Amino acid sequence: MLKVLFFARIKEQLDCGALELEWQDAVADLDGLQEQLCAAHGDQWREVLGQDNMIRAVNQTVVDGNRALRDGDEVAFFPPVTGG
Amino acid sequence: MAGPLPMMTVSVQEADFDVAQLQEALRSGAQQEGAVAAFTGYVRRSNEQRQVESMELEHYPGMTENSIAEILQQAAARWPVLAASVVHRVGKLGPGERIVWVGVSSSHREAAFSACEFIMDYLKTRAPFWKKELGPDGGHWVSAREHDTSRAARWQGGSAQ
Repeated sequence: MLKVLFFARIKEQLDCGALELEWQDAVADLDGLQEQLCAAHGDQWREVLGQDNMIRAVNQTVVDGNRALRDGDEVAFFPPVTGG
Repeated sequence: MAGPLPMMTVSVQEADFDVAQLQEALRSGAQQEGAVAAFTGYVRRSNEQRQVESMELEHYPGMTENSIAEILQQAAARWPVLAASVVHRVGKLGPGERIVWVGVSSSHREAAFSACEFIMDYLKTRAPFWKKELGPDGGHWVSAREHDTSRAARWQGGSAQ
């Protein structure tokens, strides 16, 4: 099982804050997971998740580029942060 | 860094906070303590020509607290920090309300000022908070600013001290 979270503008654009995915080979890395989500939900998700400045985190740590995933991981997609 | 580990606290909360109380709580009691520098951030009443009626602050529970704690540890590794504390509010805030407080205690002002600024610069670019301004024209997600990224970047390479 993978837990996938979306925050802020991304959450609004997808109208989805969290979902869970069955573990399978197709989601064994970040790019694979993103492709799986886009294939399942359509063009709008592809456009939103494909934005240039999208940040991806695995188990609450920001990841640059692709990265292998393991069963039980928590993945998050969010826009650049604006706190403080 | 030699000496006892600095006291570090992180709080992410909806409630407002009392700056005077936080500053007193930060006092480490260490014999060499000689300086406390603190920063308070507020909700602007207007931003980029837009009137702000209220602001909603969203965050990533868990990652937020951990990333701030990591920033405090990085500050303590660079400067002789005796105590450091961050309080950051989330939820709905009105214009003029306090958003964030950072306090650093040290033996001298240079370390206290620098560590406080470093913590704010890193918090703005690394801690997973997102601001949404609500005004007469509806909601507007605040965009990340290049200025904030370059301010944080100047601490890299060790020349900014």
